[in-house]
Amino acid sequence: MTWLHFLSVSITVWLTLLFVFTIVPAVLGVSIGIRRLYLTTLLKIFEWATLRMEMEAKEKNQQLYKPYSSGIIVKEPPLSLQQGIQELRGSASCLHSEPEFEMADIFYFCRRGVESIVDDEVTKRFSAQELETWNLLTRSHYNFRHISLRLTVLWGLGVLIRYGILLPLRVTLAATGISLILVLTTLVGFLPSRELRFFLTEKVHVMCYRICVRSLTAMITYHNRENKPKNGGICVANHTTPIDVIILANDGCYSLIGQAHRGLLGMVQRAMVKSSPHIWFDRSEVKDRHLVAKRLSDHVADKTKQPILIFPEGTCINNTSVMMFKKGSFEIGCTVYPVAIKYDPLFGDAFWNSSKFGMVNYLLRMMSSWAIVCSVWYLPPMNREEGEDAVQFANRVKAAIAAQGGLVDLIWDGGLKRAKVKDAFKEEQQKLYSKVLVGEQEQGDNKSSEENPEEDKSYHGSANGQ
Amino acid sequence: MGSRASTLLREEEIEEIKKETGFSHSQITRLYSRFTSLDKGENGTLSREDFQRIPELAINPLGDRIINAFFPEGEDQVNFRGFMRTLAHFRPIEDNEKNKNAAASEPLNSRTNKLLFAFRLYDLDRDDKISRDELLQVLRMMVGVNISDEQLGSIADRTIQEADTNGDNSISFNEFIKVLEKVDVEQKMSIRFLH
Repeated sequence: MTWLHFLSVSITVWLTLLFVFTIVPAVLGVSIGIRRLYLTTLLKIFEWATLRMEMEAKEKNQQLYKPYSSGIIVKEPPLSLQQGIQELRGSASCLHSEPEFEMADIFYFCRRGVESIVDDEVTKRFSAQELETWNLLTRSHYNFRHISLRLTVLWGLGVLIRYGILLPLRVTLAATGISLILVLTTLVGFLPSRELRFFLTEKVHVMCYRICVRSLTAMITYHNRENKPKNGGICVANHTTPIDVIILANDGCYSLIGQAHRGLLGMVQRAMVKSSPHIWFDRSEVKDRHLVAKRLSDHVADKTKQPILIFPEGTCINNTSVMMFKKGSFEIGCTVYPVAIKYDPLFGDAFWNSSKFGMVNYLLRMMSSWAIVCSVWYLPPMNREEGEDAVQFANRVKAAIAAQGGLVDLIWDGGLKRAKVKDAFKEEQQKLYSKVLVGEQEQGDNKSSEENPEEDKSYHGSANGQ
Repeated sequence: MGSRASTLLREEEIEEIKKETGFSHSQITRLYSRFTSLDKGENGTLSREDFQRIPELAINPLGDRIINAFFPEGEDQVNFRGFMRTLAHFRPIEDNEKNKNAAASEPLNSRTNKLLFAFRLYDLDRDDKISRDELLQVLRMMVGVNISDEQLGSIADRTIQEADTNGDNSISFNEFIKVLEKVDVEQKMSIRFLH
């Protein structure tokens, strides 16, 4: 028996297994339950590994590094600037007409400042969460010193399995999924009958997304499917990774909106458009807000078109919080279907840190993790109410998503990942302090509090009644 | 990512920092993780830009003064020891064990040292006096453009009048301590670090 013979036999076996256990169920929409078994086994192994590390650490009489998932410091419940200063001064009296300054006022700003240096609400949202249990991936490891020989062997085994078996398997699957999308959507685009096209497009999409989902070994639990987005509306969700699209499209047909890319991604985009109405913008058109708004409203006005999938945060956040929603999609005036997506980082952190990793690097990391586990909640549809402006509507939707997903609701802009915070926020703080010093009547322009209610709240990172 | 945190910080260093600042082992490793996550340049030190990247600090009217407090005279980089030494001022006084460092010098988080930290926020040129000019500048930072020069000037004058006892028209550290003797400095200048 030659090596060639051996090789061809093993490849055939491999492909057959692949076909039977993954592609066929994907096409038929059936789940065998292998993934669940896989995950429960992994969980037991992780817990054992953590236990061993703790034992090791105890023997050496050292301490394990505990991630600060409960915070480094105890933060006082947020008070407005006025309340904070008054508390500092210890007086219950109202604002005076005489300017009143005390040297101790500096303590308020000083403490708030140092607290934000030690633990702030924003910067930690742009890097991956820290885990309580070690999941045998080097990338999330903090306690190198406490690994015994047994654990190292286990870890090595893990590396072999992930890079030797899981990664090639997944890459093959992904390639199959993408080629199928390209080929089938082009074919369907040639059909004359519109109804037939729609019918087949749905089937093709769902099948291909199922293959993609399996290529990531993603375990998704959908809740409240009766609230699934309907035609003529917009679906908004919190954004953690580009994979969010695959997770949602696995369970329904959406129209995507985004920038037209070149290369492989561009090919996929053009193929997708042939059989269903996605909205792709040229780079130059992206800046034109009116153009974007017009195309959006045209699309939702047509009730035969699928709901549009939008991520109003505009950038990937690490799935511990929901950041400011851009108001553009909330100005259109159609029904909004909120969706909350929460990932379990234990089996593989799905967050894409775009300042640290490029797309290819990220996909490789995803495909060499153990699995992606997430929950998707479909929330009841929301409409803009009387007297509510786009920003308030956006905040209401955001609060609903945050509450459902167990995420922190922040007013801060996700754009702070790369950009500096606007000076207007600091000026708002200065204005508030001036009010404390000189009293209400000096502040001639009353529009300050109505114009920027966000800024006052933003300093405290949560909705705070004035 | 902060994942390399506890491997780069040696046990001896942790012990030294523990002695100097009074923080516990786990507090030090957690703060080191925070330090490395702020250190975007990954060179073991923080620059002023690293601090200014924190939005909540950038919108604090006294943000620049607070950042300045971390940097020793004339330097542009602060290492982890310096970072911890400055943060140590904010440890609650109750956290000090009764018999710890009984013979050693005053702990960093004593009432006097907390007051000194606040004093230095006002004292821009570090000459151990708060002049009228310095007070005006700090007040201007806190109120922005919302109060006129005359009003601010009279606030400064009144403050110096109340505090100044030796008539040199500026506030020395001892005069500062006197003005604040009724204020609960221990509580207002303390942050509750989790153990």
